[in-house]
Amino acid sequence: MSSDTLKQAPAPSSLRLVMTLAIAGLVSGIAIIGIYESTLPTITANKARELREAVFKVLPGVSRMQALVYRDGRIQAVTEPEKDEPVVYGGYDEAGDFVGYAMPGAGPGFQDTIALLYGYMPRERQVVGMEILESRETPGLGDKIYKDAEFVAEFSALSVEPEIVTVKKGTGAQPNEVDAITGATISAKAVVRIINETHVAWAEQLPAPGTEPPLAGESTDDGATP
Amino acid sequence: MKKNESYEEFVKGIWRDNPVFAQVLGMCPMLAVTNSAINAIAMGMASMFVLVGSSFLVSIFRNVIPKQVRISCFIIIIATFVTIADYTLLALVPKVHKELGAFIPLIVANCLILGRQEAFASRYPTRLAVMDALGMAGGFLLALFSLGAVREILGDGALFGVRIFSENFEPWIVMILPPGGFLTLGVILLFFNWFKYKKDEFLADVAEAERSGN
Repeated sequence: MSSDTLKQAPAPSSLRLVMTLAIAGLVSGIAIIGIYESTLPTITANKARELREAVFKVLPGVSRMQALVYRDGRIQAVTEPEKDEPVVYGGYDEAGDFVGYAMPGAGPGFQDTIALLYGYMPRERQVVGMEILESRETPGLGDKIYKDAEFVAEFSALSVEPEIVTVKKGTGAQPNEVDAITGATISAKAVVRIINETHVAWAEQLPAPGTEPPLAGESTDDGATP
Repeated sequence: MKKNESYEEFVKGIWRDNPVFAQVLGMCPMLAVTNSAINAIAMGMASMFVLVGSSFLVSIFRNVIPKQVRISCFIIIIATFVTIADYTLLALVPKVHKELGAFIPLIVANCLILGRQEAFASRYPTRLAVMDALGMAGGFLLALFSLGAVREILGDGALFGVRIFSENFEPWIVMILPPGGFLTLGVILLFFNWFKYKKDEFLADVAEAERSGN
């Protein structure tokens, strides 16, 4: 139990040094693999649940969803989108009828990338809901894009034609106008720009209203795992 | 006697040798994640888990680890505990993990933790090493919490997300932005040192009075 064992130890061989580090690395590696494997199912389930909740939030009246991608010149349902493949989510009501799309979009905000999801009804050509998934906007100012209920409510019946525009707070009258947030104009404009850009990017690829792919099978509850 | 010894190792980290107020270590997480009380506590708990776990292992293996490679071994042990904390937080409290972001992996680089391994855990028996780690981590948690609480109350008018001022209170937004961290830390350090100075003065007075009394 002497407290200075470290200092008194004779110079050990190089082999011992190498072995000590190798064993330490091995044990550490096993521990990390163990914790990764044991938490992975929970983490994947959390992410899938967050996404489902967001889809149901931006599309009123939706109770089922499936992932849709653009392949071979048409929109089709997939169970597992490929990594980095652009994807939208189709929302369906209890009877399995198509309601609208939940479209993920991302773009630069004031400080970092803003990632959001918005609900889009192709028949009405309207945005019906918006949810910020990720943002690092200034606390107290820029974070009003998701904390300010009034601003979020601006996206509950918003026309995307010809395009969404931000106007000074209190002056929005047209169906395609959004009241900006005082003190957070850049963040508010970024949200609108992301929605416009996402809309333009998908406009050509989405099928005509009424010809959306039907709900595929019953496995759709879990089919939307990202 | 033995009880007193471990008690002493525990208490010194909480107040006299407080890692933040007295040693001014771990400033990076201290300033970055204390914009709300709950973030500060999550950071403090994660650091405590890492510090206590690594001190325990380092102290057990202190006679096995050759001193030439000790720093590398300490870092391997610390990094393993940090990874465990990182994945556990991500699985259990994804919201808090999102807020803390890059600062969980950065616990590896917190000089407070490596410093305790080198200065204490690698030289003392396991029981004392764990008590020392608990005390230091407790002191760090206390410091993080006092900063986080002050900044959340002034900057958001709330504590743990519960409003404590009336609607008329206009939050000082600067307090939850980076400058607020520096301001609050400065004021708290000022208070701590003023307190220490007053205490030394008082002790000197008492000694003086005793001498003249005799």
